[in-house]
Amino acid sequence: MGQLLQQLLNGLTIGSFYALIALGYTMVYGVLKLINFAHGDLFMLGAYLGLVTLMGLVVNVGLSANLLIFILIFLIVMIVVGTVGVILERIAYRPLYRAGRLPGIVSALGASIFLQNGVMLLYGARYRTFPEEFKRAVPEVMWTFGGARLTLMQVMMLVISFLMMASLYFFVNYTRVGTAIRAVALDHDTARLMGIDVNRIIVLVFIIGPALGAAGGIMVGLFYGRIYFTLGWSYGIKAFTAAILGGIGNIPGAMVGGLLLGLIEALATGFVSDAWKNAIAFFILVIILILRPRGLLGERVAEKL
Amino acid sequence: MNDFLARLRRLDERWGYFILVVVALLFPIIVRSDRWIQVANFFFIYAMLGLSLNIILGYAGLFQLGHAAFYAIGAYTTAILSTHFHIPVFVLLPIGGILAAVFAILLSRPILHLRGDYLCIVTIGFAEIVRIALRNDVSSLVFLANIPGLAFLKEKLEAVVITGGPNGIMGIARPRIFGLVFRQQWHYFYLFLAFVAFTIFAMRRLENSRLGRAWTCVREDELAAEAMGIDTVKAKLLAFALGAAWAGVAGSLYASWVTVIAPESFRFWEAVIMFCIVVLGGTVTIPGVLVGTIGMIVLPELLREALSNIQQWRMLIFGAAMIFMMVVRPEGLWPSQRFRRELELARETAAPGS
Repeated sequence: MGQLLQQLLNGLTIGSFYALIALGYTMVYGVLKLINFAHGDLFMLGAYLGLVTLMGLVVNVGLSANLLIFILIFLIVMIVVGTVGVILERIAYRPLYRAGRLPGIVSALGASIFLQNGVMLLYGARYRTFPEEFKRAVPEVMWTFGGARLTLMQVMMLVISFLMMASLYFFVNYTRVGTAIRAVALDHDTARLMGIDVNRIIVLVFIIGPALGAAGGIMVGLFYGRIYFTLGWSYGIKAFTAAILGGIGNIPGAMVGGLLLGLIEALATGFVSDAWKNAIAFFILVIILILRPRGLLGERVAEKL
Repeated sequence: MNDFLARLRRLDERWGYFILVVVALLFPIIVRSDRWIQVANFFFIYAMLGLSLNIILGYAGLFQLGHAAFYAIGAYTTAILSTHFHIPVFVLLPIGGILAAVFAILLSRPILHLRGDYLCIVTIGFAEIVRIALRNDVSSLVFLANIPGLAFLKEKLEAVVITGGPNGIMGIARPRIFGLVFRQQWHYFYLFLAFVAFTIFAMRRLENSRLGRAWTCVREDELAAEAMGIDTVKAKLLAFALGAAWAGVAGSLYASWVTVIAPESFRFWEAVIMFCIVVLGGTVTIPGVLVGTIGMIVLPELLREALSNIQQWRMLIFGAAMIFMMVVRPEGLWPSQRFRRELELARETAAPGS
């Protein structure tokens, strides 16, 4: 019983990371019908920049690692990675909007290779660790109930992810700009006729998605304590799976998919076999897609390829 | 550049292939460098893989980003059967191909109704499952013994070693024909050249066959294809089966060439390379795939030579080059006329959101 509860809690934590990253895939897919394979690497960039700014502010400038600093770091990194996302869109994707789907994918893969190797050149090929003292910035409080442990760190990460997801949900569903995003996702031309600047909406999506991914990157770094430059692919494929699981293009779907994938993985680790957890996750994905070809929350719309 | 390519394209294709074969036959004699002959061998293997993926991704238009799985199945079939049962490699080539095709049919049948990007992630997932299975080997299935009633499996499972886990399989037999054993790089060069030449010949025949035209119809408009009486499910299944079979043969050849294989040789990255080979060169055309293979396999090696003092920048430049190539020529370096028209049509009529 305790083990089950523990695995559920772990799954929820990992799942909220997946969900944050999956949102970037799903939003870009929603407005462009493009799988942004570089998104995982933007997440990885976020993790590295998080570490670097943390080191810079705390070790070099000498600020103490308190909550305010963490919030500041989140903001800085999210802005920087959002900017990188916009640059990427401008250079690698915008010229290809009308060129069909395959060139966009290859361009995204090229961008992914570029980012990965760029980070490797800047920060080295070996993994980097988050110094322990950063973890101590969060008071080491731990609750034990029913045999399962829950740390304050975990609770905070869950709260941050859920806050971000909830605000995104309200932003997209209940604001004017959010309505514009949904309109662009449905039909570019009609949206343009309604007076929406489609390119600006696309740019906006390329800020929000990578920024959320970057926040996920910092949290993954803090939670696991070590990051490496290929992090983007392992998490990127998982998050993409999560987005598909929930129905790609669908924002609540990405959240549900991410959490579900995290839970599946944690349960597979705890009760079946750690070595097979990814295989089990993909197997369940295939089963779900056979039963529901558009994902859990995906709508049934006639698709023209 | 454009002008040069256009003039090249106007040459009769058969003459082009004839000249290519002559140049290729002389290549090892002229170059006399094991390293470059080895690069050429990699080129051949990936040309076969690219051409095989081209059936699925190019002709039939099915998003397949897990082609490395079939490559792996071919390679491991050869490796396992040659090390355990000492079956000659040339007998194993078709077996590897057939097994890959069987896997492809079993996998793709339930997911053929998936569209575009959903198919893409399922194929990635399948490739990951294959790689994880190869990496974990059968002995990792001991967790099955925890299921009540299956405890007797524990000892049996633990003893089984088939894929060799993360270390892979060593000592795969080399091909042997009429007492000649393939050892040197240039031996393999001519073997692979023959296979690639045969592949190109077969693909050209396939392109213009009834099946080839059926694939084109399915790619361009599935509904219309169905209305014309094409069995779309059968056409797609055959695309998967043939593409996988050829990738399996390429895998078998690869295993017998390097004689050591490990799961890490069949990562997601390999599937990405194959995917890029097909799209970069210009989907659908055979010369396009060959040009794409040069771009993805030979170009990085040339960069390695050219940038010997800034070695670590190689992949960075390579990634930027991929973006640049797509932005400048989204239709690929050597597009087919038909595919180019499709793109133009799509550009005129449909916005990405519609």
